[in-house]
Amino acid sequence: MTEYHHLEIHNLTMAYGDIVIQENLNFTVKQGEIFVIMGGSGCGKSTLLRHLVGLMQPAEGDIFINGVNLWQASQMERNEIISHSGVLYQGGALWSSMTLAENIAVPLMEYTQLTEKQITDVISYKLSLVGLAGFEDYYPSEISGGMQKRAGLARAMALDPDILFFDEPSAGLDPISSRLLDDLILELRDSLGATVVIVSHELASIFAVGDQAIFLDSDSKTIIATGAPKELLESSDDPRVRRFLTRAAHGSMETEVRTYV
Amino acid sequence: MSAVVHEKYILEPRDAGFCLQLTGDWRFSDGIPDIEPLLQRLSAEPTQQQLNFDGNQLGKWDSGLMTFLVQLIEYCQQQQIEVKTAGLPPGVQKLLTLAFAVPERKGARRQILGQPILTKIGNVTIEMHRSWYDLLHFIGEIILSTLKMFRGKARFRRSDLLYQIEGAGPSALPIITLIGILIGLILAFVGAVQLRLFGAQIFVADLVGLGMAREMGAMMTAIIMAGRTGAAYAAQLGTMQVNEEIDALKTMGISPVEFLVLPRLIALCITMPLLCIYADFMGIIGGAIVCSTMLDISFFQYFQQIQNAVPLKHFIIGIVKSGIFGVLVATSGCFRGMQCGRSASAVGYAATSAVVTSIVLIVVADAIITIISQILGV
Repeated sequence: MTEYHHLEIHNLTMAYGDIVIQENLNFTVKQGEIFVIMGGSGCGKSTLLRHLVGLMQPAEGDIFINGVNLWQASQMERNEIISHSGVLYQGGALWSSMTLAENIAVPLMEYTQLTEKQITDVISYKLSLVGLAGFEDYYPSEISGGMQKRAGLARAMALDPDILFFDEPSAGLDPISSRLLDDLILELRDSLGATVVIVSHELASIFAVGDQAIFLDSDSKTIIATGAPKELLESSDDPRVRRFLTRAAHGSMETEVRTYV
Repeated sequence: MSAVVHEKYILEPRDAGFCLQLTGDWRFSDGIPDIEPLLQRLSAEPTQQQLNFDGNQLGKWDSGLMTFLVQLIEYCQQQQIEVKTAGLPPGVQKLLTLAFAVPERKGARRQILGQPILTKIGNVTIEMHRSWYDLLHFIGEIILSTLKMFRGKARFRRSDLLYQIEGAGPSALPIITLIGILIGLILAFVGAVQLRLFGAQIFVADLVGLGMAREMGAMMTAIIMAGRTGAAYAAQLGTMQVNEEIDALKTMGISPVEFLVLPRLIALCITMPLLCIYADFMGIIGGAIVCSTMLDISFFQYFQQIQNAVPLKHFIIGIVKSGIFGVLVATSGCFRGMQCGRSASAVGYAATSAVVTSIVLIVVADAIITIISQILGV
């Protein structure tokens, strides 16, 4: 597969009304890459993700997915682009009044012409991929948080997306489940060749899966570091990045407290 | 036996087993072939104990290929045929490994069985019994918290109470104005047509005054508030239930009934009688409009007539009723909210059943009060 830029962000400024969250963001995500957006709480990571998946319109700047400008396309084209991406929300965001099977069936019925039998087959295949074989008829409230997350992933993958977005995949999971989810992300990337964008502040999973990363800072309101997470840990000379990646083992705690409180 | 040939695959005996050769694109959009002929061929020759794949000719693929392979492999596992995936592209192999990594948990799959009629009746009865018990429990808690409040020990925030009063009082004025005037107009119209036949137009004033004061004022206010505020209470508390906010109160040792239900109950008990007085007044104005435009009765005459015909006790009965309706609306709204399940549709159900419960209770209570006041002669 030829390497090309799956996602390109030019001079993106994000704002809620007059309050600017981040400005002058520039980065590209290559096809098949696992790209991590990291940063402390409240720096705008999740807001950036909401921009990338088309839920929020940029205050300024452009987002290109597969070379198409997301916000200069018509509503129809935008839906078409977005249907090729899968999103896993923090809490799974499963529709609570539907069973897992119905949850996964919604995008399949909406965007494909599959027969009922084929849809049932796809559902059981997707559920088995995330280790939930046989849980078709359960409601989200009847399964655990980790299972909800995996079911959310099954739904995000329903349409064989070529780009997957994850919002805090490890949040609320025990270390083992979180590790298994990381492995699953890697497996899926390797086997499907999909591009993966992850918003996370879980160091373990950032180092485990991330090929490339950007570090958002809430004070300077922009990207202060770019590169592979491991390299950033070894060679970054920015104290803020080092503090984050070493869990504040470097740099004095005093400045830490002043920054975050 | 010969090979099974299809434009997308060839299944042929090779060496010690079968070999399935896949060709072309295997995406849903390209059409996925039927699996049945393959399965039949495999079962026709139980001596062959192995299935190999040849994926060299395979083009583009997606979940279509995967569902096909998963079904095939599941079938082979049942028939104890050994499957070797080595000939497939690495991506497909990895996905297959993932798909079969976690075996289906035993007992996870649900069987939907039809229940015999007696079981259903039994379940419904148990459910009804439980819901009655819940209701009594809830009413008991409300009474206890109210007593606590009179002793000045109930824990809720005064700002909450004021906020609820604002929501259930002043904000409801526009809709009460509209409905009140229209009800007055309708009463006057209905009366005017009949009474004019006897030349008794002036008694339209009696009709509107009595009707609004005793019945319609309280009743219409209560029904509006059931739809407006009772449903809102159920939805608010239901959402709090979904978000575990009510659990958070409980674990802090704060009774949700005291903290959430009491302010709402008090708010409605205060605002309903006031709204009822306002609605009575609006209805009477509505009647006056009809009288002055259709029946040539002046405003002064009209109000004079009402003053004579409708003594204060009728207004008081209406106001007392509306206080009782207030309790009913708040209680059923909050009860349904607290009972709410943990999904979005449960919140919708809570709001709907809050309105239905309130309206039923309002009408039943109204009938009971009417009978009692008949017996007492008031």
